[in-house]
Amino acid sequence: MITLSHYLVLGAILFSVSIAGIFLNRKNIIIILMSIELMLLAVNMNFIAFSHYLGDLSGQIFVFFILTVAAAEAAIGLAILVVLFRNLKTINVDDVGGLRG
Amino acid sequence: MNFQLSDLYAISAEIFLLCGVSVILLLDLFLSETRRNVTYFLSLFVLVVTSVISLLVFDFEPRVVMNGLVVSGPLSATLKSILCGLIAIGLIYSKDYLQCRGLHRGEYYSLTLFAALGMMVMASSNHFLSLYLGLELLSLSLYAMVALRRDSGRSSEAAIKYFVLGAIASGMLLYGMSMIYGATGNLNIEAIVSSINSGNSDLNLLRLGLVFIIVGVGFKLGAVPFHMWIPDVYQGSPTSVTLLIGTAPKIAAFAFIIRLLAESLGHPSLHQEWSQMLTVLAVASLLIGNVVAIAQTNFKRMLAYSTIAHMGFLLLGFLTGSMNGYSASLFYILTYVFMALAGFGVILLLSKDGFEAEELSDLGGLSRSNPWSAFLLMIVMFSMAGIPPTVGFWSKLFIIQSVIEFESVWLAVVAVMTSLIGAFYYLRVVKIMYFDSNESSTTRIRYRAGLVVFSINGLMLLGMGLFPGWLLLLCQSLIQDSVRVF
Repeated sequence: MITLSHYLVLGAILFSVSIAGIFLNRKNIIIILMSIELMLLAVNMNFIAFSHYLGDLSGQIFVFFILTVAAAEAAIGLAILVVLFRNLKTINVDDVGGLRG
Repeated sequence: MNFQLSDLYAISAEIFLLCGVSVILLLDLFLSETRRNVTYFLSLFVLVVTSVISLLVFDFEPRVVMNGLVVSGPLSATLKSILCGLIAIGLIYSKDYLQCRGLHRGEYYSLTLFAALGMMVMASSNHFLSLYLGLELLSLSLYAMVALRRDSGRSSEAAIKYFVLGAIASGMLLYGMSMIYGATGNLNIEAIVSSINSGNSDLNLLRLGLVFIIVGVGFKLGAVPFHMWIPDVYQGSPTSVTLLIGTAPKIAAFAFIIRLLAESLGHPSLHQEWSQMLTVLAVASLLIGNVVAIAQTNFKRMLAYSTIAHMGFLLLGFLTGSMNGYSASLFYILTYVFMALAGFGVILLLSKDGFEAEELSDLGGLSRSNPWSAFLLMIVMFSMAGIPPTVGFWSKLFIIQSVIEFESVWLAVVAVMTSLIGAFYYLRVVKIMYFDSNESSTTRIRYRAGLVVFSINGLMLLGMGLFPGWLLLLCQSLIQDSVRVF
């Protein structure tokens, strides 16, 4: 029997993986973008699980909006990444550090 | 709750803005480069009309419309109107700057208007869905605007930093919202509150959600320790975009925390929790913001750290959880945005073709080349530091008053001490303007409209400081009438 807490634990694990992916990753920015997507999916998992177990539809509707916004966000993120690559010729996290102080 | 035609009336300002920006987006495609001014004037027109409409459809009692998605009331109407006005003034400030840098294009104006729409949705939302969508519409437009200067490495670096940290903040916020949804079974603010009050909701789950929401809000406001993006983004983006990021979204963020913390999670047992968390954020912001700003040589970066410190002050008023604290915070944010507007505005006015007047040393000798602007900038700096004849003094005073009423005198002491540290770098700007000379001294400002707006803006800070009473009364009545503490 799969209970609500199973889903919540899965959501929490996905969320932690995405946070770790953002902060521990020293390689390239595309991995950060992937982690951001994963983070939103972890939230979706939570919303759907709650929505199912509470018997309330609004959580699932929220998920549709999150998915749409995630798509828009990915589009803008990748566009910024392309601009960055044109200017700096790198997408290495460690090389992006011109602004400091 | 069913749909009624009068619901549309309550959101007519947003509808008008959306129609306006769609028309501008289309029309701009057919305009030649020489007639780009049409886009500029149309955007100003749309913003001003939206601002007026928001005030015209004023509801004296908060009224929930659109199936609980939107609340229309005095606070949201006033904030929306001020938001649009601010953005319009910001556009006037930046026109000359944009023209010099080839940014005077249709995209800039339509993105600005979309950001305005996002802020308006945030200011009047009554539901987690509309809060989130408004926030994302604002953020996505701003990410694109920061990257708009496509050939600049610094801009694109600032954009990617802003994007990544903004996305993390949204993720945190959503995770918190999902926990609150799980605990209460609702996304509607009123329903959440009644569920919490009835005692049916799991308090531990609520607390967990609250932590994530605070982190998300902290990121968006730029409170320490979630402030890393602010200096980089402020410095790296085109100054006109910095002006936009530094002003109107702060008001939207205020509305956001009013809706999220004061209204939905205002239950005493939860208030106790977020009040403690905000105390840590506020004290850290005041300290780090003011101390690190001293070390800056870049004017935009210095203003960025000063923003962090000001956000600390805003949170101080907010964490009291009292009506007086909220109205002091509202007063603070309303006066702060006008100071920031003038502060970034002067950088825009002093910049020339291929020259960004963004280093502190670029201000040297300003009192000789532009005595009037130097005088106005002095008022702005006095106001940011909180020196009496200006309005900055009153806004700090009201916050400290509310903190003392909350019986945390030590917080008031921290606020005063850090303001004292802050006064050093604000006054250093005045010293540079009046007593330092600069070889590559700035030339006279030629952009007339910008100068007029700057004069009004600077004198307004002085005027509000001489007569602060009406604004405080306005803030108090707005908060009393609109914030629904259930």
